[in-house]
Amino acid sequence: MAYSEKVIDHYTNPKNVGTLDKSSKNVGTGLVGAPECGDVMRLQIEVDETTGTITDAKFKTFGCGSAIASSSLATEWLKGKSVDEALTVDNMDFVEELNLPPVKIHCSVLAEDAIKAAINDYRVKNGMEAIQFEESVVH
Amino acid sequence: MSLQFPIYLDNNATTPCDPRVVEAMIPYFTNNFGNAASRNHPFGWAAEEAVDYAREQVAKLIGADPKEIIFTSGATEGDNLAIKGVFEMYASKGNHIITCNIEHKAVLDACKHVEKMGGEVTYLDVKEDGRIDISELEAAIRPTTILISIMYANNEIGIIQPVHEISALAKKHGVLFFSDAVQAVGKIPVDVNKDGIDLMAFTAHKMYGPKGVGALYVRRKNPRVKVTAQMDGGGHERGMRSGTLNVPGIVGFGKACELCRTEMEQDAAHTSKLRDKLEQALMQIEEAYVNGDVNHRLPHVSNISFKYVEGEGLMMGFNKNIAVSSGSACTSASLEPSYVLKALGLGDDLAHSSLRFGLSRFTTEDQIDYTIKAVTDTVLKLRDMSPLWEMYKDGIDMETIEWAHH
Repeated sequence: MAYSEKVIDHYTNPKNVGTLDKSSKNVGTGLVGAPECGDVMRLQIEVDETTGTITDAKFKTFGCGSAIASSSLATEWLKGKSVDEALTVDNMDFVEELNLPPVKIHCSVLAEDAIKAAINDYRVKNGMEAIQFEESVVH
Repeated sequence: MSLQFPIYLDNNATTPCDPRVVEAMIPYFTNNFGNAASRNHPFGWAAEEAVDYAREQVAKLIGADPKEIIFTSGATEGDNLAIKGVFEMYASKGNHIITCNIEHKAVLDACKHVEKMGGEVTYLDVKEDGRIDISELEAAIRPTTILISIMYANNEIGIIQPVHEISALAKKHGVLFFSDAVQAVGKIPVDVNKDGIDLMAFTAHKMYGPKGVGALYVRRKNPRVKVTAQMDGGGHERGMRSGTLNVPGIVGFGKACELCRTEMEQDAAHTSKLRDKLEQALMQIEEAYVNGDVNHRLPHVSNISFKYVEGEGLMMGFNKNIAVSSGSACTSASLEPSYVLKALGLGDDLAHSSLRFGLSRFTTEDQIDYTIKAVTDTVLKLRDMSPLWEMYKDGIDMETIEWAHH
């Protein structure tokens, strides 16, 4: 299976690899997937509490090229968005942007889950309720 | 000579044809195109003569009599013919087959078929080193056991099974011993008599021959073994495998066998020297593990897990230039990693992190040097972006994390 140019580009030059201080109140961390499944994504957002804007985003991912590309793209998309806008990012956005084949759709679902998990972590830390999402059908 | 890309290190999947093999085959596509079963004209005679000669070349490589060689389309057919053919032929004697859980799918699925047909199959576990436990094998033998089917060497990790001990047990209990020897034949000395093998499947394309041709060895003496044909037709190959013989393929197979026999020592010395260099260099990487028993292993194979990086992602770092394979199966619908590695007791995480390197007589030291650098660089790069590596470095016990299993 050949990867799309965009997947290769994100894989070769991943954006925003790194770690934010997960103990910080304005950082939300989402850790999704499992080593046994061959995919683990950790996505972190830093939120400006006064404006509700995501000022920074970092990722680290254990997984295939598509998983790495999806998380790299997620960090790019999240920066500058409001938390509410971030909630609207859909897994199919990744599929379209990265041209993911059907066998790699689970990578996009994982990226969407990671965003939601990071936002919920941020919300809970700041005294808000976690949003109940419909369980996504991963893998 | 400058390095040519891509570098091929997936020789357990298939090997390139040796140019000498191709050269031997060419006349049998054009001038000598006859059907080996045409008994009444020179075209048929020439084809038959070529097949006879190839049969001798093939037999000689494994210490067999040429009459004991049944040409097939490859080892999948050989595996099926041996297992289903013995099951049908020896139905009056029993219905139980013993195999193990790291066999090739062709063996495992043929066994599943036998179970559907009313047979019983025992699937032995293997030890951590990939080899079967001989005492477990003996304990599994029943009065109704008709066949033991254990591969000679494994395709993913290259370990060699204790063939002599298996055959001694088989003989003691009057059970036939079939071995899928695809990975071993042509690479290490295999002798059906010294090894005590009654049936053995192997194929040309894993030993520098063409695809689409292989052989099933069927013992004719002590004991005389028979299998029920699985295809109806003209009764070729002593009635065990009908179908017009693939004459050019068989000629190439014969030549490949001859080359492997005469050059085995030098091939093995060459591949093992380079394999050891590769392995030693890659084992310098932290948290790298060789999979399988290194003391009973084919000379040209190395299977290594690089913990905390995923195999497919790892391959992507260099697969434009280097062809290897991974035990991770991120592209398959099931996402299940290699059942062979899991059978060794490896966690799914290590199974997902494995690469298999398969060298050949054509592999060069320059290629290995390039591979060492490319793999090392990619492992280090991916670890820098692996959350698992970070946790490991921070001393976090990953067993304590509640993962979101899907």
